[in-house]
Amino acid sequence: MGLNEMHAEAVAGVVDRVINRYRRDPTCMLQILREVQEACDWVPPEAIDRMQAMLGVPRTKIEGVAGFYSFIYTEPRGKYRVLFSDNITDRMQGNRALMERLCSNLWVERGKVSEDGLVSVGKTACTGLCDQGPGMLVNNYAIAGLNLERIDEIAELIRNKVPLADWPPAYFRIEDNIRRADILLNADFTPGEALLAARARAPSDGLNASNMRSWREGLPSGIGGPGATLDEIKRSGLRGRGGAGFTTGLKWEACRNAQLKAGHQRIVVCNADEGEPGTFKDRVLLSKCPDLVFEGMTVAAYAIGATRGFVYLRGEYRYLLDHLNAVLAHRRRQNLLGKDICGLPGADFDIEIHVGAGAYVCGEESALIESLEGKRGTPRNRPPFPVTNGYLDQPTIVNNVETFAAAALIALRGGEWYAGIGTKQSAGTKILSVSGDCERPGIYEYPFGVSIRQVLADCGATDTQAVQVSGPSGICVAENEFDRIIGFEDIPTAGAFTIFNKSRDMFEVARNYVHFFQHESCGFCTPCRVGTSLLKNLMDKLHYGSGSPYDFAEIEKLNQLLQSMSHCGLGHTACNPVLDTIAKFRPAYDKRMMQQDFTPAFDLDRELSSARQMTGRDDAGAHLETEHGGQS
Amino acid sequence: MSYTFTLDGKVVPFVDGQTIIQAASAAGIFIPHLCYHPEFKPHGSCKLCTVKVNGRHTASCTMRAAPGMVVESETEEINAERRALTQMLFVEGNHFCPSCEKSGNCQLQATAYHLGMMSAHYDHFFPNRAVDASHPEALLDFNRCILCSLCVRASRDVDGKNVFGLSGRGIKTHLIVNAKSGRLADTDFTLADKAAQVCPVGVILKKRQGFAVPIGERKYDKAPISETAETTEGR
Ligand SMILES: Cc1cc2nc3c(=O)[nH]c(=O)nc-3n(C[C@H](O)[C@H](O)[C@H](O)COP(=O)(O)O)c2cc1C
Ligand code: SF4
Ligand code: SF4
Ligand code: FES
Ligand code: FES
Repeated sequence: MGLNEMHAEAVAGVVDRVINRYRRDPTCMLQILREVQEACDWVPPEAIDRMQAMLGVPRTKIEGVAGFYSFIYTEPRGKYRVLFSDNITDRMQGNRALMERLCSNLWVERGKVSEDGLVSVGKTACTGLCDQGPGMLVNNYAIAGLNLERIDEIAELIRNKVPLADWPPAYFRIEDNIRRADILLNADFTPGEALLAARARAPSDGLNASNMRSWREGLPSGIGGPGATLDEIKRSGLRGRGGAGFTTGLKWEACRNAQLKAGHQRIVVCNADEGEPGTFKDRVLLSKCPDLVFEGMTVAAYAIGATRGFVYLRGEYRYLLDHLNAVLAHRRRQNLLGKDICGLPGADFDIEIHVGAGAYVCGEESALIESLEGKRGTPRNRPPFPVTNGYLDQPTIVNNVETFAAAALIALRGGEWYAGIGTKQSAGTKILSVSGDCERPGIYEYPFGVSIRQVLADCGATDTQAVQVSGPSGICVAENEFDRIIGFEDIPTAGAFTIFNKSRDMFEVARNYVHFFQHESCGFCTPCRVGTSLLKNLMDKLHYGSGSPYDFAEIEKLNQLLQSMSHCGLGHTACNPVLDTIAKFRPAYDKRMMQQDFTPAFDLDRELSSARQMTGRDDAGAHLETEHGGQS
Repeated sequence: MSYTFTLDGKVVPFVDGQTIIQAASAAGIFIPHLCYHPEFKPHGSCKLCTVKVNGRHTASCTMRAAPGMVVESETEEINAERRALTQMLFVEGNHFCPSCEKSGNCQLQATAYHLGMMSAHYDHFFPNRAVDASHPEALLDFNRCILCSLCVRASRDVDGKNVFGLSGRGIKTHLIVNAKSGRLADTDFTLADKAAQVCPVGVILKKRQGFAVPIGERKYDKAPISETAETTEGR
């Protein structure tokens, strides 16, 4: 038997084990690919052969899914796959020098696999470690607080082929860094409490539905969904914490009222994709109070009559998976999940965790559902909306992690109590992920209505030039706006609060964000797929000194087009960081307007850089004289 | 039940379940489109068919018609946006129309003429895409693929074969075929497949057919795309 056949046999064994654990269910394709890769270091063609045979799906489908996700490799990427987080904060913390050091220590070129096939070093979008960066992922496990010393140690471990499991545990310690806690992060909460409170609130024995239809529908197949709990959620004024701010009570009600087809059930999905650069509060909620989040999901299930739940956990948070599964198992033992929850006959609900694989767009709720179904994460055409036609065409609610945590507290303490916190239009608290130029980066929970200035003072930010609120798709706030407040009536936010002091170049901030959107566009629709690349090229053109006022007009036009023609929110917001910084930090752009008139982006000298690299020459003779020779 | 909406001021009748583009083409009104084909489930990706419905942009191939909608299509603003999308599709791939067998029969080219596109405007990306000439009867020139997924839908939904699929993400999205080797010859594709006939551009081409119909006498040479048969196919 040749080496290759042995290899193929071993691979098939791995695939069989994984597929059987997923009940040979093609909707678990992404999970299967991810686990096969964890065992084989990549997804070899033989694995796809086996999946094709065992799942009965065409190869085009498997390769289509595998090709969509950044963290699934259909080509070998080494035994150690290192990805440096490349958010703007990582750059400010010096990730570039660290990456170069690791590359030179390991004799590997950035983005390539080392000649011995041992290691690859690349970069990835924000890993949610901005408060303790620079960060990296090694085989999808997060390491924070990198410095030169640790990089040298890591190079040594890799060179000596030390298995990841034997690396010093201290590397993998991720801090919560909670700097200000309020009702959520301070909640002194006993698992099950909120469910019992919800049950006690129902008119008689907790099975009395507030309307006859859900009584009929709910009883035999699931939790009756007493209207009293839904009423509390509505009374609280709770709005979604994932960015769009949709009223949670209305979403739940629409799902509860959606007609159930035969054999269908209602679904609760927790969106823990947290891909917006600069956001890391869901990571902390899940590590510090997972019970509160799971209980919120169960409360939702109770209120709408759902029987199945999912958490979609971003791939970067893979390290949380085992702990979260242990918490779920514990809840099952406590009868807080499973059948007849809290002794309520028919109250059946369980939660499974699906792990993403490096695709920001999967945070968009319909793309998330596609991904949960084991497909490419392409946003759906809407209408219909998930509340009526969601996971496998069943009525589905998708809510953010923080929304569920708040819902659990509302079930426990009542809607009125919650509505009394925050401002009139924005009830409750908001958790901010503070990072960038300040003394105390970390997690800050405030009642809505807190001013930008207050947050800056609390985290020890001085000499602040700008704050990017809610990440690249949010808004960039300048100094004269620091008295504005966090709240749906003024500055809504999914949680990112990235601070830039006066030494920072806001043009480079915007350029980093534009690169992010270009990398994360799903590629489904023309305007976003091509437009984000055009925008990236324009920003790079300005960066290299070939910009003229003509290019400003082009950026404006692209923005119009992306706003009006794009298929989903990613395309709609992709120009935001550029427009905001042009409007508010014009000098940063004017510095780049080296040209009065249109100048082509093409620069012959820059194009020759690959030739210089190949010949190992960088002397004057290897350069052309150019009129506007911006150095790359 | 039958209802009406207005399209650029004209009253257009429709029946329950019809999309805007279906109702429009049944009424003989042309809305530019590339990924829409009356015989397949709409995809909604190229965005050429975008119209304004009650003031909001939306793809007319996926939006169901509703009574009383006020739809705008042939406005200077919308056509300028459509023109920009066509330009994007041109620079994203490698389209050298004079040497393309599909020239004159190509919907992208015809749509560009219809919209008055005079240049590519943006810098070309010049992607590096290999041609697949492995199959005895057909050639795949990926340089011209606009990712409309019509071949994917035709092969999956009509031929029951899944010969084609999309892989990659973002600007790296690309067409793949159903073979471990990645070659069309190793799939069960034949020229009799529906998928062999649906490509709106010059990707899926019949071999040994070069210029059988001379340029100048081809479909869109005779009449602009807005006046050819497809317009009313949705009837
Ligand atoms: C490109 C894109 C990415 C998104 N990413 C996230 C995310 O990571 N987490 C999240 O909760 N919502 C995200 N959203 C918003 C979701 O689509 C959805 O509105 C949200 O999960 C609803 O939950 P909520 O009502 O509790 O906020 C994203 C939206 C878009 C358009
Ligand atoms: S806007 Fe971008 S991310 Fe959204 S569907 Fe279009 S290509 Fe995909
Ligand atoms: S090959 Fe043709 S039909 Fe298929 S996706 Fe590309 S352009 Fe569309
Ligand atoms: S024809 Fe409607 S989006 Fe392509
Ligand atoms: S003419 Fe070349 S692709 Fe249409």
